[in-house]
Amino acid sequence: MSNIDNGVTEAAENKEAITSLLFQLADDDFLYAYRGSEWLGLAPHIEEDVASSSISQDSMGHAAMYYKLLEELGVGNADDLAHLRPAHERKNSIVTERVNGEGYYMETPNYDWAYQVVRSYFYTQAKKVKVESLCKSSYRPVAEAAVKVKMELYYHRLHWETWFKQLLSSTDVAKKKMNNAITLVMNDFGDMFSFGNQRQAIEKYKLIDSEEKLKENWIASIEPVFAALRLDVPPIPENPANNGRNGEHTVDLDEALLTLSEVYKVDPVASW
Amino acid sequence: MAISESVSIDRVYKILMNVKDPEIDSVSIIDLGMVEEVTHSGNSVKVVLLPTFLGCPALEIIKKNTIDAIKQLPEVGDVEVEFVFHPPWTSDRITEEGHANLRAFGIAPPPRHFEEDGSWHVDCAYCGSTYVTMENIFGPTACRSILYCKSCKNVFEAMKPVSTLL
Ligand SMILES: [Zn+2]
Repeated sequence: MSNIDNGVTEAAENKEAITSLLFQLADDDFLYAYRGSEWLGLAPHIEEDVASSSISQDSMGHAAMYYKLLEELGVGNADDLAHLRPAHERKNSIVTERVNGEGYYMETPNYDWAYQVVRSYFYTQAKKVKVESLCKSSYRPVAEAAVKVKMELYYHRLHWETWFKQLLSSTDVAKKKMNNAITLVMNDFGDMFSFGNQRQAIEKYKLIDSEEKLKENWIASIEPVFAALRLDVPPIPENPANNGRNGEHTVDLDEALLTLSEVYKVDPVASW
Repeated sequence: MAISESVSIDRVYKILMNVKDPEIDSVSIIDLGMVEEVTHSGNSVKVVLLPTFLGCPALEIIKKNTIDAIKQLPEVGDVEVEFVFHPPWTSDRITEEGHANLRAFGIAPPPRHFEEDGSWHVDCAYCGSTYVTMENIFGPTACRSILYCKSCKNVFEAMKPVSTLL
């Protein structure tokens, strides 16, 4: 992609498209990091507790940076954008908002580790494909930020790929749980590469590759892993029932936002 | 006593050597290569810093310590600290002195070379042995990994390499 231009001019011309894309990226990482952080103290072993927390912390850092870019566009204060927007204004993909399983963190969390492994692996691989494309974005601030995200993501991807391969090469019980998780995650994956109703503008201004190209890249990137496990890459659903990019969400998001913003809403002007 | 001594960039850099990583107190932000630019206009000083990891919780502390340190210079008035993402911080910005100071803290400095598959190797931070295994690529902070030395039987930490080549 050429047309790398002065950030300010670009922003004036296609601010709505940039804003929408930044909200999609920010909200994705914000919810993904939150769901990841719910494994604190519950991960299968202590090393995983450390690793999951690190990955969640990095991902929250990525979300914070995207919200900061929105703040610089004059959309609002970054912390407010993260905490105070209601569910119907959120643009994250459905898969990032889903609960980790039955129960609640504070009482009887009966979470599904296979689900978290599959969600994290598929999501991180999708994020990698997007971030690589964003490195060539016509909007320079996001292109520069993407370079930084890409370096940190290297370790996340490696981590989840290892879990994915190991559990699918393990016992019959593990394989069954993993295959169930793949079905669940893919049911929600229809909006992962969608840009929602801003698609035309986002693609026209070359902010990122087209939806189709990103899907192709994602499939190509995970195909070797699936082939080695003698599995087929599951198809990405067309026309999802809920498209998170357009603010269509599940009750899981309401619950997440309530918990996430509880402390912030007590005193939004407090300095933490 | 000089009444209107002008701001010296060299003196600012020198004092920034006292601003340590809050989690590794032998290593300064200069050692880490976080200081991208120092400029001044009159007696106002502006420092541009590069965050190591975007989610690093120490960034706000580093910002405050940077401001406090520079304000110790009597010739300085306002101090502004800004974090930017470009150029991206990479672990090869850590200076030779930074490598020595990390070792002094018991942390192996990040390797400068990668294998073709992106994997990397560090020697034991304590005894220098190459006979080590990776325990956890994620350590107590975002920027560190945990390894085990089979020679001296110590667990040690290494600073993760962060590179645009990865
Ligand atoms: Zn040793």
